[in-house]
Amino acid sequence: MLSRTLRTSRAAPLRVLSRGGYGVTKRAVTTDAASAHADKDAVPEEDDKPFQVHLSDESFETYELDPPPYTMETTKKELKQMYYDMVSVRRMEMAADRLYKEKKIRGFCHLSTGQEAVAVGIEHSLTKEDDIITAYRCHGFALMRGGTVKSIIGELLGRREGIAYGKGGSMHMFAKGFYGGNGIVGAQVPVGAGLAFAHQYNGNKNTTVALYGDGASNQGQVFEAFNMAKLWNLPILFGCENNKYGMGTAANRSSALTDYYKRGQYIPGLKVNGMDVLAVKAAVAYGKAHTVAGLGPLVLEYVTYRYGGHSMSDPGTTYRTREEIQRMRSTQDPIAGLKQKLLEWNVTTEEELKGIDQEARKAVDGEVAEAEKMEFPEATGKVLYEDIYVRGSEPQFMRGRTPDENYYY
Amino acid sequence: MSRLLRPASRLVSSSIARPAARNAFQSFPRVPAIVQSRGYAKESGVKEYTVRDALNEALAEELELNPKVFILGEEVAQYNGAYKVTKGLLDRFGDKRVIDTPITESGFCGLAVGAALAGLHPVCEFMTFNFAMQAIDQIVNSAAKTHYMSGGIQPCNITFRGPNGFASGVAAQHSQDYSAWYGSIPGLKVVTPWSAEDAKGLLKAAIRDPNPVCVLENELLYGQSFPMSEAAQKDDFVIPFGKAKIERAGKDLTIVTLSRCVGQSLVAAEALKKKYGVEVEVINLRSIKPLDVEAIVKSVKKTHRLLAVESGFPAFGVGAELLALTMEYAFDYLDAPAQRITGAEVPTPYALKLEQMSFPDETLIENYAKKMLRL
Repeated sequence: MLSRTLRTSRAAPLRVLSRGGYGVTKRAVTTDAASAHADKDAVPEEDDKPFQVHLSDESFETYELDPPPYTMETTKKELKQMYYDMVSVRRMEMAADRLYKEKKIRGFCHLSTGQEAVAVGIEHSLTKEDDIITAYRCHGFALMRGGTVKSIIGELLGRREGIAYGKGGSMHMFAKGFYGGNGIVGAQVPVGAGLAFAHQYNGNKNTTVALYGDGASNQGQVFEAFNMAKLWNLPILFGCENNKYGMGTAANRSSALTDYYKRGQYIPGLKVNGMDVLAVKAAVAYGKAHTVAGLGPLVLEYVTYRYGGHSMSDPGTTYRTREEIQRMRSTQDPIAGLKQKLLEWNVTTEEELKGIDQEARKAVDGEVAEAEKMEFPEATGKVLYEDIYVRGSEPQFMRGRTPDENYYY
Repeated sequence: MSRLLRPASRLVSSSIARPAARNAFQSFPRVPAIVQSRGYAKESGVKEYTVRDALNEALAEELELNPKVFILGEEVAQYNGAYKVTKGLLDRFGDKRVIDTPITESGFCGLAVGAALAGLHPVCEFMTFNFAMQAIDQIVNSAAKTHYMSGGIQPCNITFRGPNGFASGVAAQHSQDYSAWYGSIPGLKVVTPWSAEDAKGLLKAAIRDPNPVCVLENELLYGQSFPMSEAAQKDDFVIPFGKAKIERAGKDLTIVTLSRCVGQSLVAAEALKKKYGVEVEVINLRSIKPLDVEAIVKSVKKTHRLLAVESGFPAFGVGAELLALTMEYAFDYLDAPAQRITGAEVPTPYALKLEQMSFPDETLIENYAKKMLRL
């Protein structure tokens, strides 16, 4: 029945929540970001020649599902790109952090620092024809789906050339194959099922990745989506990004069962080391093949960790210890983990890696600077009222705050 | 007679007989004038309260007075409230009375309604009323209608509270004003506090009221300080529903408004006085269901002009309702058509300058009033 992976040695460090008195949450999958192995003699000279990487046997846990292969093929080029992408996402989030503190970003701002391997790993296993939908912690996904740093930071700054033209802000970003950016906890999950439904309806061989947090996992509509997806065999990978805390509430204080990958009940589940970009990639590639083969949905759980607070206004230290955060940062960091592997496997030299780091940072910093120079939207009725309806299909006018502010299309 | 023997109504009558908690509610009709007419200035012992502190004190007092009262919602306990309104309550009253829920609005709202049907008096906090849209079916269908559908057998004493309306820079999904939505539902009572006294008195009255009540607070007011009279600092202070408060007396124009727009209207009224010597009367509705039509008519009799100011969407909104009521009950006293200032008809944009165009502010109110008065 419950085909757990065999050798689940229970030695991983992050087993116990440090909050005193609130019980223990099991996280049997490792969160070691550097747990994969490759024979460094087998790593080819060529950048685009595939070679094999062996994932740790603690990378996955499964529910009513055979585990994905623990061996995956990759190339030096891909590994370096993954590294570049994760560095870019983090650099961009750090820029957002700074701009928020400089009071240039308004409202809510939810950063994904620490969770980069999820967005990057997923993107590297999909094509642009596949779909992603997520909640409000969406900057990394927007970037991976083809948004530019400039347009994303521009949006955070409320500029006219932002990815949503300054209308959406931090929580609402859209791109091709990326459907937001939803601000209502859990609401994106049934919408994701709808994206999958459309793939099935159109006969596409594509999958939809619908992400939600451990906090959102308890929303009723998540289970409603599960039911329809299974009932109609929709090609969707439900994905719980379990970063241990829904806002300030530890997972075991909000969820009766913290094995989020089992919560599809009649849907097979797969728990993944979400700090290891390679494990994420392997899991999603496996899941995509599963759904595209017509085998129905899967529930994935990406075990990850956010370094910062829930949003910028949450210091993130009242409901967890500084030591816990520090330990995750220093020992399980997805970027540092991949970096260690790249050097160990001779995929790249320290020198080259520094170059990649610098290149990514420079590119991000450059685009952030450009974003800061972008214009604010003009404060006119034309700009304010555009796009409430599809252009050309608007009503005759929209009412302003007073009748003399009415805008006539 | 037979009604009294029904179990649910016994429950109501027994709780009425309870001392402190219910008595204050029951005494509404006898004291409102006193509560209303107390001025701050002459009184000694006036203290500055933020709206947040006033709400906190109201909750603490009601928890203290009535063991049937409990609070549940997201992050209300260990995190001390997402906006710190419930700060310290967990420490003081324990986790039986102050309960953290999962982020499952429909579920915990429904659960709270059930507890209310069984005779408890839940205070159901929504992190914002934007998220209560997930639970609006439970509020409208399970809470508001049950008393009527049961032929009066089954009361539902529940308070729904949380910030409503737009906050700063949080874009379309987090900026809605639900006054008109809830205000349209028979069976619900809806209050919209502005000052610290409003917040405390209305919330306490809401908890004591035997019906489902929505307390629509405003995030932007939480940190604002107001004077709190000595009477209002006491634990028996309640504000009766359906009684508007004249925040500023005047003879030239009546502004009827609610929540944050009360403060904005007062600023505009001062400016109008300074610049043009006109006296604008500002009426703080306090509750929009029931709505104090009498106060509006009385004021219009005096000023002959009415301007409604609110920040919700214009179509089918609170302003629209106020204008319709004015037409129905005060048409003969008007010298000019009643007018309204509302939020703009647009999903709230993120960019600051666009956001500013979407909601009323002091200058807009001043200028529009000036135009109405042909100054």
